[in-house]
Amino acid sequence: MTHWADWMLGRLDWSALPFWDAIVDPTTKNIVNAIIASGAGAMVILGGLIVVGVLTWTRRWRWLWREWLTSPDHKKIGIMFIAIALVMLARAVIEAVFMRLQQAFGLDGGFLTADHFGQLFTTHGTIMVFFMAMPFLTGIINYVMPLQIGARDLSFPVMNSISLGLTAAGAAIVMVSLMLAPFSTGGWSGYPSFTESAANPGAGVDYWIWAVTLSTLSSTLTGINFAVTIYKQRAPGMSWLRLPLFTWTALCTSILMIFGMPPLTVATALLALDRYLDFHFFTADLGGNMMNYINLFWAFGHPEVYILILPAFGIFSEIFSTFSGKKLYGYGALVIATLAIAVLSFTVWLHHFFTMGQSAHINAIFGIATMLIGIPTGVKIYDWMLTMFRGRIRFSVPMIYAIGFIMLFVIGGLTGIILAVPSVDYQIHNSLFLVAHFHNMLIPGLLFGMLGGTNLWFSKAFGFRLEERWGRRAACCWIVGFMLAFFPLYALGVLGMPRRSVAFFEPAYLPWTVAAMVGAVIILVAMLCLLIQLWVSVRDRHANRVPGGDPWDGRSLEWSVSSPPPEYNFPVIPEVHSRDAYMRQKETGGGAHPRPDDYEDIEMPANSAMGPIFAITGFLLAFGLTWYQWWLVVAAGVAALIALIARGYVRDTTRLIPAAEVRRQHEAWLATLASLTPVTRADEQSAANRGLPASPIEGAVQ
Amino acid sequence: MSSTPIRHPGLNLGHAHAEAHEASESLVFGFWVFMMSDLIIFGLLFATYVTMLGGTAGGPGPGELFELKSAFIETSLLLVSSFTFGMASLALKYRTDRKVLVGWLVVTLLLGLAFLGHELYDFHKMFTEGGVPSRSGFLSAFFALVPLHGLHVTAASIWLIALLGQIAVHGLDTQTKTGLMRLAILWHFLDVVWIGIFSLVYLGGTA
Repeated sequence: MTHWADWMLGRLDWSALPFWDAIVDPTTKNIVNAIIASGAGAMVILGGLIVVGVLTWTRRWRWLWREWLTSPDHKKIGIMFIAIALVMLARAVIEAVFMRLQQAFGLDGGFLTADHFGQLFTTHGTIMVFFMAMPFLTGIINYVMPLQIGARDLSFPVMNSISLGLTAAGAAIVMVSLMLAPFSTGGWSGYPSFTESAANPGAGVDYWIWAVTLSTLSSTLTGINFAVTIYKQRAPGMSWLRLPLFTWTALCTSILMIFGMPPLTVATALLALDRYLDFHFFTADLGGNMMNYINLFWAFGHPEVYILILPAFGIFSEIFSTFSGKKLYGYGALVIATLAIAVLSFTVWLHHFFTMGQSAHINAIFGIATMLIGIPTGVKIYDWMLTMFRGRIRFSVPMIYAIGFIMLFVIGGLTGIILAVPSVDYQIHNSLFLVAHFHNMLIPGLLFGMLGGTNLWFSKAFGFRLEERWGRRAACCWIVGFMLAFFPLYALGVLGMPRRSVAFFEPAYLPWTVAAMVGAVIILVAMLCLLIQLWVSVRDRHANRVPGGDPWDGRSLEWSVSSPPPEYNFPVIPEVHSRDAYMRQKETGGGAHPRPDDYEDIEMPANSAMGPIFAITGFLLAFGLTWYQWWLVVAAGVAALIALIARGYVRDTTRLIPAAEVRRQHEAWLATLASLTPVTRADEQSAANRGLPASPIEGAVQ
Repeated sequence: MSSTPIRHPGLNLGHAHAEAHEASESLVFGFWVFMMSDLIIFGLLFATYVTMLGGTAGGPGPGELFELKSAFIETSLLLVSSFTFGMASLALKYRTDRKVLVGWLVVTLLLGLAFLGHELYDFHKMFTEGGVPSRSGFLSAFFALVPLHGLHVTAASIWLIALLGQIAVHGLDTQTKTGLMRLAILWHFLDVVWIGIFSLVYLGGTA
C-alpha cells in the first residue's frame, strides 16, 4: 500500500501543506506564517470554486469551451492573456505589500520567516515578469496588432492558442505552489549554486524551473507568430514606414522574443539536468561553472527588459498622438530608435554582474554600451514631448498614465546611467537602489503602458468605454503610490541596505521602510480602484456604449471597424495609402466608412482543442516533474505527443463565412453608424460619445 | 517555373502546385524563423561546451573517449540522408508518381534511424569507459549538446513517420506537401548542426 502510494505521489507528502510547519513546530512565528500562507492558498481555492460555481450555475461550460477556450480568434486569445495577467498582478501586488510590511516591521526581526520572505520575493518577481508582464503585453499585441495592419488573424492561430495554453499552465503551476508548497527561494533569477540540489533539494526550485520553462516556450512561439504575421499579413499598401508605431514595437519585441528566449530555455534546462540527472554544469565541484548560468540567464534577461518595455513605448506613442490630436512627431526617428534599442539590448547583459570578476576593461566596455541605450531612449522622450507640443491635449485616463510615465521614466533612466558606471555599481549593487531602479523602469514604463493601453483599447474589445472617474483615481494612486513606495528605496540603497533582506539592525533605515510601506498600501488602493473602475464600467455599460468604434478620433485601422469588431476584423481588407491610414481616410474623400461594392466569402480558422490540451498536459508534466511523479510525466508527455501527431491528420481546419453573412453584418453596422450623432473631441469623455467623432475644425493641427 | 515568384528561401514548389505554393509562403517562412530560434539554443550549447572543455575534473577527456572512425560513419549516414531527402524534395516537386517520393523518404528515414542507432551505441561505449555526464562538467556539456542533436533527429524521424502516414491517408494534398517542405528544412538544418558537432567536438577533440 505504502509502496503504491509512493509510486503515485512521488515525493509529495503532508509537509507540502502550507501550515505543516506550524503543526510540527508551533512557535508564534510559524503560526503567523502558516496563517498567511494558508490564507493565500485558501484564496486560490475559493477563487477557483467561485469560478466553477458561477460557470455551473449559469450553465456556461459549453459556452466557455466553444467561444473562448478553443477559439483561435486572436482577439479572444488576447483578452484571455490579459485576464491571466490581471489575476497574477493582483497576487503579486499583495505579495509586494507583505514584503513592504515585513520590512516596515523588520528592525530586529519582523513577523515573516526568512524562508517565507524568500518565497515571497521569488514568486513576486517570477509572476511579475513571466505571468503578469509577458501575458499582458502578449495579450495587447495579440488584440491590437492584426487590426492595425489590416489582417484577419495571426499567421498561426492554433499555435497562438497553444501559446496561451502554455502560459496558463505555467501560471497554474505558480498558483498550485500556494497550496502544495514550497516555491523556490532563489529569486526570480534563480542563481546556482544556491538553486542546485546540494543547497536546495526541495520542490521549490523545480516548481520555478518548470513554470518559467512553460512561459518561455509560450513566448518563443508567440514571438514567431507575431513576427511572421507582421512580415506576411499586412494589408495591401501597408509598407514598412506606414506601420503604426505600436506595430513597429511589437515587431521588435517579437524578434527579441525569438532570439532572447532560447538562452533562458537553455539556462533552466541545464539547471534541471543538474538537479534531476546529476549533471555538473553549475555545481561548485567536478568542473561545473556557475558563471555560465549567470551569462546565459542575462543573455536572456537583458533582451527581456526590452521585450517588456518596447510594446509600452508603442502604446505611449499611440496615446500621445491620439490625445494630442496630432500626428506622431519624429516617426522615422522613433522607428530607428526602436530598432537601435532592440539591437543594443543584446550587447549589455554583463552589466547585471559587474562585480562578478571580469577585468576592468570588460566592465568599462559594457558600461559604455549600457549608457548608449540612453541615447535612443532619450530621442523617444523628446519625440513624445514634441508630439504634445502645440497639440490640444485631452487629459483622458491613458494620457494621465502617459504623462506619469514620461516624468518618472526619465528619473529611472538617469538612475540607470548611474548604475551603468562600474565603479559606482560596486558601491550600490545588490542594494535596494537597484530594486528602486528597475521598479522605476518597469512600473511607469511597462505597467503604466499596459494600463494606459487597456484604457485606450478596452472599448474596442467590449463595445463600451471604461469609466473615467475611477480610472483617474486608479492612475493617480498608481503614480503617487509608486513614488512613495520606491523613492525611499533609492535612499535605503545608498544607505547600504541590501535587497532581499528579511530583517535589518540599523535603526536609520526604519523611516524609509515605513514610508515605502505606505506607498505599497496606496498601490493596493490603486488596484482596488482598478477593480471598482471595471465594475462601474460593466454596470454602466449601456450608457457608455460606443458602437461607432472610434471614440477617441483614432488614427490607425483598428478604429475603422465596429466595437467589438467582427471575428474576421474587416469585411473587406482595406487598402492603405499613407501613415495614420484611418485618419487620412476620414479626412479625404471616400469617407470613414465606405460601402464596398462587393463582399467575398471569408475563410477563418476553425476551433481547435490544441490550446486546452497543451495547457492540461503542460501543467501535468510540470507538476509530475516537480514532485517526481514519473508515471504522470510519461502519461502527460505521451498524450501531448499523440495530440500533436493527430493534429497533423486533421483536414477541416478552416470554416467559411459566406459573403451574404458578411454583407448582412456590415450593412447592419453601417445603419447603426448612420443613426449616431458625431461628438467633438472636447466632449468625448461625456456620455454623448457613441464612437463617431466629428470632423475637427478646419485648419486645426493634425 | 521561372514565371512563378519565389515565396520563401530554399526550394519552391512552383506553379504546378499552386495552392501548396501559396500556402507555403507563411508556413515555410515561419519555420525558418523557428529554426533560427533553435539555432540560438545550439549556439549557446556549443559555447557552453567550449568553455567547459577544461572542466574534466580528472575524469576522461575528449582524447580518451572519442573515436573519429565512429563519428565519421555517423557523419556519412547523416549527410547521405540529407542527400536522399533532397531527392525526395525534387520528386515532390517534379514527379506525379508518389512511389518515388515515398521511396526516397523511407530511405531517408532508415538512414536517420541508422544514425541514431550508431550514436546510441557510441554513448553506450562511452558509458562503459566511465564517460558519464555526472562525472565532470566537460562530460555534462558533451551530453547536453550531442544528445540534443540526437533528440532533434528523433523528433524529425517521428515527424517523417507521421507524414508518411498522412500521405497514406490523405494523399499528397497541400498539408502533406507543406509538411514535407518544412521537415526538409529541419533535416538539412540538423545536418548543418552535426557538421558543427563533428568539426568542433570530434575533430577538435581527437586532433
